[in-house]
Amino acid sequence: MKEQLQKDFENIIKNLSLSQRDIEIKKFYLDSFINKGFPSRKEEDWKFSDLNQIIKKNIGELSFFTDYTSTNKIDTSVYVDGLEHNKIVFINGRIEKIDFNYEKKNQIEIIDQSETIDRFTNKNSLCDLNNAFTNKSFKIVVKKGYQLEKPLIIYHTTNSNIWSKNINLRLNFELNKDSSLRLIDLFNDTSEKNFLNIFYNFDIKENSILKNYKLDSFKNKNIKYSYNNIDQDKNSISETFILSSGSDFFKSEINSNLKGEYSAAFVNGMFSLNKDKHHEIRTIINHLTENTKSYQLIKSVLEDSSRAVYQGKIFVNPEAQKTDGYQLSKAILLDETTEFNAKPELEIYADDVKCSHGSASGSLNENSIFYLMTRGLNRKEAKELLINGFLLDVIEKITDREIKNLIKNMIGLKE
Amino acid sequence: MKIQSEQNSREKEIENLKEYKYGFSTDIENIKAPKGLNEEVIKFISNIKKEPKWMLDFRLKAFERFKQLKEPAWQKPKYPKIDYQDLYYYSAPKSMDDKPKSLDELDPKLLETYKKLGIPLQEQARLNGIAVDAVFDSVSVATTFKDELTKHGIIFCPISEAIQNHPELVKKYLGSVIPTTDHFFATLNSAVFTDGSFAYIPEGVRCPMELSTYFRINASNTGQFERTLIIADKGSYVSYLEGCTAPMRDENQLHAANVELIALDDAEIKYSTVQNWYPGDKDGKGGIYNFVTKRGLCKGKNSKISWTQVETGSAITWKYPSCILKGDNSIGEFYSIAITNNHQKADTGTKMIHLGKNTKSKIISKGISAGVSDMTYRGLVDISSKADNSNNYTQCDSLLMSNKCGAHTVPYIKNKNSQSNIAHEATTSKISEEQLHYCQQRGLSAEEAVGLIVNGFCKEVLQQLPMEFAVEAQKLVGISLEGSVG
Repeated sequence: MKEQLQKDFENIIKNLSLSQRDIEIKKFYLDSFINKGFPSRKEEDWKFSDLNQIIKKNIGELSFFTDYTSTNKIDTSVYVDGLEHNKIVFINGRIEKIDFNYEKKNQIEIIDQSETIDRFTNKNSLCDLNNAFTNKSFKIVVKKGYQLEKPLIIYHTTNSNIWSKNINLRLNFELNKDSSLRLIDLFNDTSEKNFLNIFYNFDIKENSILKNYKLDSFKNKNIKYSYNNIDQDKNSISETFILSSGSDFFKSEINSNLKGEYSAAFVNGMFSLNKDKHHEIRTIINHLTENTKSYQLIKSVLEDSSRAVYQGKIFVNPEAQKTDGYQLSKAILLDETTEFNAKPELEIYADDVKCSHGSASGSLNENSIFYLMTRGLNRKEAKELLINGFLLDVIEKITDREIKNLIKNMIGLKE
Repeated sequence: MKIQSEQNSREKEIENLKEYKYGFSTDIENIKAPKGLNEEVIKFISNIKKEPKWMLDFRLKAFERFKQLKEPAWQKPKYPKIDYQDLYYYSAPKSMDDKPKSLDELDPKLLETYKKLGIPLQEQARLNGIAVDAVFDSVSVATTFKDELTKHGIIFCPISEAIQNHPELVKKYLGSVIPTTDHFFATLNSAVFTDGSFAYIPEGVRCPMELSTYFRINASNTGQFERTLIIADKGSYVSYLEGCTAPMRDENQLHAANVELIALDDAEIKYSTVQNWYPGDKDGKGGIYNFVTKRGLCKGKNSKISWTQVETGSAITWKYPSCILKGDNSIGEFYSIAITNNHQKADTGTKMIHLGKNTKSKIISKGISAGVSDMTYRGLVDISSKADNSNNYTQCDSLLMSNKCGAHTVPYIKNKNSQSNIAHEATTSKISEEQLHYCQQRGLSAEEAVGLIVNGFCKEVLQQLPMEFAVEAQKLVGISLEGSVG
């Protein structure tokens, strides 16, 4: 893999006009990645999902270079109907379109940051990989006091032109004071056996609201890793919803730093998996100051050799008195071949706090099925009804009505 | 601390009562193995114990393995590197060289030590009917109530004696739960263990009294490595208690024991620990490193193993008493109170490994941290794909008594069986002002109020202890938290 990495790296550098310093920084990260390799189960954070093995098994040899000199044609059929929205379109990792037509001019600024590499405080090697190979990166700044009229949908599209590739994406968002953004990440792949490595950084200033919905609902054979770092100032709110269902492997990490008083982070997630899929959600909520709040709810329905992992951590540092942290994960295992692993973790250094977590996993309640069957439903209907109700619980946590309906339609859940 | 006159010692004792009650040391001539860890020392230990060859081979095999192992470092409480060559691996009172035939031949100083600890070894003085095996540094010094137990066919003796007299049992079961190829400290123990208790309860016998071992570290610079093996044959029942203390010393002492429990069909073992090793002084100097491996195997159908622990001592407690639920319908339980004060650190919890069908496990863990201490609950619940209809319930609550301490919960939950259910709950909180106010309003001092609330918090676990122990444990909870209010 080492030769491949070095060769592809040379190719990337050739195509980018970078300063010597930037090249050196990239080179540093490349060496760091070569040193560490893909994360394996030896690392605590990857204990339940050995990415190294998964890539070996599902993809084999990866290549890290994609030619971005020519444009791809946008297939407009992937666009979401019935919801007016702004767009950013990625095709095979290349930004093809940025469109904020619904918004006032000068309120949103898009800065090309390809030349300055900002560091993530993430010790995992995928961050190094991303730093070394990111092609273009943009920063999207929402100006002070501006609240976007329409949601922004980022289309992560891949097509059959790529095979066994590693694609690295990076986006930065800055929400200035009193602003708000609704962001949907929509994954739509017709490609196979690629590894997508996506890093987002959010800087949410005072009184701002971020709502991020990650929707991986279309069946595909790719492997994905997504990392969100969210820094929150005073009175800010972040809401993250993850629909984890379509890809062969998908690990989403949310790292939320509640830096300002009265800031709050909400993470809700849902696994709906079948056929050998292996998904993971890992959250770290860092309560760094007084009076911060976090709430997490993760629900899973697993069948047919699928496997879901939830690792959630609530960290409370000594200054963060009056913290309110809550975490709940529930899983339904529908058949013998499925597996649910959880590691809900509390790390608390302040005494005046209210922190709790709960985790439950098991089968559908036979009594409930029996009850519904006595009311005239057949077994299959009864099961479906119970599963729908189980999952609706987490969908109902979505605070945006329009998007809630969109997601409900997408997964075919009826009330 | 030399005992000069009775007056003097009484004053000292009163002094001790306020701090660590068991902090005295006893001047007794010791035989020690040469310092350091190598094959010669292992042979020396084996030789002095007059062990058969298979036992020496067992030790050497473990030592071979130990040489390849790395010390683990994933735990939360970090400690300075231990120099394993700078320890004595064997220390025994000299008078034990030729084992006394009866208690009357025991060194009176030893008897006095145990009297001071509140463990009378004189059988006639005992009323509450607990058979005691006392382990002083590396050897077992006395076992009481032997005759009574023999009548029922129960074997309760030091493990060194069991190796001589019951080799077939020891050979069969020693290392069957904690193999010589286990982790770093367990393997070290397998190589150098010195003594410990052995109990065998024959088929269908309900042990008429509580069995108890009292561990005491006395000599300085000594690691204590004892090994306990308890076998409950088909349909038997035994309740076993374990207590521990050590003198106050400035250096940290290592205690790496192995405990193996085996329950055959329909058998039940109840294992209770009140651990009160010296926790170090207020500034975190000295104290015992309590790195113990405890594991129970529910080998037979319908068997049950229950761990109860009250952990108040030690500078660092690092242990996970576990149950392997191999037999169908077997049950594993874990009840724990862990209290850390001053600079104490604890990383403790349990592992419940469900292999058989219809297995059940229950975990109740209560952690209390005060001062600048740090407490971690770490646990594993693993339901394998063959363990149909299994159930686990876990509850771990933490109570924080100061704003400088830490309380952490790290559960690992693995479910591979769709017919099985796992439920886990955890909370972290502090004693609420309202509760305190209410108690104080009714005339309790702040300290009494805290004591009352803490005892209520721990009640679920304290209830599991045998009566004599429960009283001691309840007092211990109070003493451990003294001075942490306000």
